[in-house]
Amino acid sequence: MTIPTTPGREAAGPAPAAPGDGPFLSVTDLRVRFTTEDGPVRAVDGLSFTLERGRTLGIVGESGSGKSVTSLAILGLHDPRTTTVSGRIRLGGREVTGARERDLERLRGNTMSMIFQDPLTALSPYHTIGRQIAEPYRKHTGASKRAARERAVEMLAKVGIPRPRLRAGDYPHQFSGGMRQRAMIAMALVCDPGLLIADEPTTALDVTVQAQILDLLGELQQESGTAIVLITHDLGVVAGAADNILVMYAGRAVERGSAAEVLGAPRHPYTWGLLRSTPDLDSDPDEPLRPIPGTPPSLLAPPPGCPFHPRCAFPPRVAGGPGRCSAERPELPEGRGAACHLTADQQRAGWSAEAGRAGATGSASVPVPADGGADLLRKEGDR
Amino acid sequence: MLRFLVRRSLGALVILLIISALTFFLFYSIPRDPALLACGKNCTPEALEVVRRNMGIDQPVPAQYWEYMTGILLGRDYAVGPCPAPCLGYSFVDNTPVWETILDRFPTTVSLAVGGAAVFLTVGLATGMLAAARRGTVVDKVLSSGSLVLSSMQIYFVGPLAIALFVYQLGWLSQPRYVELTEDPAGWFAGLLLPWCVLSIIFTANYTRMARSTMIEQLQEDHVRTARAKGMARRTVFFRHAWRGSLIPIVTIFGVDLGSLFGGAMITEFTFTLPGLGRLAVESVTNTNLPMLMGVMLFAATAIILCNIVVDAVYALIDPRVRLA
Repeated sequence: MTIPTTPGREAAGPAPAAPGDGPFLSVTDLRVRFTTEDGPVRAVDGLSFTLERGRTLGIVGESGSGKSVTSLAILGLHDPRTTTVSGRIRLGGREVTGARERDLERLRGNTMSMIFQDPLTALSPYHTIGRQIAEPYRKHTGASKRAARERAVEMLAKVGIPRPRLRAGDYPHQFSGGMRQRAMIAMALVCDPGLLIADEPTTALDVTVQAQILDLLGELQQESGTAIVLITHDLGVVAGAADNILVMYAGRAVERGSAAEVLGAPRHPYTWGLLRSTPDLDSDPDEPLRPIPGTPPSLLAPPPGCPFHPRCAFPPRVAGGPGRCSAERPELPEGRGAACHLTADQQRAGWSAEAGRAGATGSASVPVPADGGADLLRKEGDR
Repeated sequence: MLRFLVRRSLGALVILLIISALTFFLFYSIPRDPALLACGKNCTPEALEVVRRNMGIDQPVPAQYWEYMTGILLGRDYAVGPCPAPCLGYSFVDNTPVWETILDRFPTTVSLAVGGAAVFLTVGLATGMLAAARRGTVVDKVLSSGSLVLSSMQIYFVGPLAIALFVYQLGWLSQPRYVELTEDPAGWFAGLLLPWCVLSIIFTANYTRMARSTMIEQLQEDHVRTARAKGMARRTVFFRHAWRGSLIPIVTIFGVDLGSLFGGAMITEFTFTLPGLGRLAVESVTNTNLPMLMGVMLFAATAIILCNIVVDAVYALIDPRVRLA
């Protein structure tokens, strides 16, 4: 794995939120529905989570699972003419849902900001890097042009751009991919936001650069105590960088827990499938990866009951018969848990069996930090 | 920049050579003898011979072409007198020097082109951007379909109607005419206002449509979403972030349109009886007036090519990724 691990990051956590603050970001029963010519699409369907300052939540799922839609909903960037957003989003004690556009503008880039997947297209080709970083700073702090430019140079230095004063005058196409993402991070953090949403921040980058960018995000978080939502389809990325993980499938959260718990002892058959289909340096190179059979469901007509049941091998083992999976929608419990009809014991045993099958060489095929994976499996058994 | 200019100028020369040769040789495929026309009713073979020599068409066509082209660069001697460079020859019809006639007509054409372009560019961009900003609303539909209706009109139809209405019926404007800008700026403006507006109706719709679609396209760009995610106000996003990228295709078409307008807006000039290059070109064709025709053709071609070079340079101003080389 090339993903850096940060052992003990939980112990060395940054400035914790003041007591009584509660979570910095709380999302309750978020529903996002698009109106399309073919009918309504339920892109996000009843999603709830919370996130404290200084912590990182990894949202994992396949494309189309509603990850990015969620992040755009938090920023209020959906087109109101085609999108209906309901539920509650609270940020730093303020209600974001239903806020007026002018109020949202004051929050965006200031209290909450976002970095996108491909920094080449996400940065404006027509303005210099320095100007793009200075722009939100001027808008939100009312700083002078000169002060904002100084701040931009300072931010570029902070994200590790050599000769920042000079490079601030460059255009994005004069930067390399990794440098562009660094500039993007500088732009997102220029106003010290409490929340940073990173939507697939490393997907468009070389593997070696990916690790640097994740390290950088971790360092900056340590300094400023920003809450980070890290959206990715790459389990390796969340393994190294996230404190907690939310697994999404078809617009719903199907599993939740700490990074070590979800990666080391996953409970949902979908998460098992994700982990099984992830390659890893320790596993036998001749052993084929096992993808999840089938394809994600159409959100125009999602399957009834558990959205994963058409691709799931376990309905026959569910108490109450396989019919239950296609009829009754499993709820995701508060805290650690999975939205699955299997009993908690079945869920634990299920992954042990899966891991045993996959790890013929004796190692778990899980890209987790040194303290995760097989170790956790053992701990899980001890409990 | 220098390399760009040198390279483009060389390319322009090649294009001008091809255009001049095509025009010249095509002209001689017309089965009409300009000398016979000029010679008049009581023409004798001897007189015809003299006319031919005076016109410079007594030699074989390739030799004539060679003399014509060298004349542009070096000047040449005619029977009626010397013709200094750039010598485009003398009119077959009334022996006036071509170059001076073109210079005489050009201000009318430039005034018409620049004023008209200002009108259709402003109106087209404004309506197109408004339609994009109000996409899907009544405003959008009215602007989009309204511009289409207007563009389906014809100048020779709308022009006389507009004169009848605004000049004779309402008396708001004077009869369209051309006076020198330097002599009487107000008269220049008043005399050309109607032609500008009528000329614009066929162009505006194109620009409305183009500005609308490129704006809508730009508004969906990733970097525009980033600007919104930074908290930029809608107006800032629209004008600072989306607008810039929408200009490239518009500038491209505008360069071609303006260039061809510099070569003369024939229908508009005829409709409003303005003495511009377009009328000159049409008259030269009907009169079998080779030197005048060649002159106008080369002049118009040069204008179009120059406009294109300017457009390419403007690309680099709009988009820093474009490098001139």
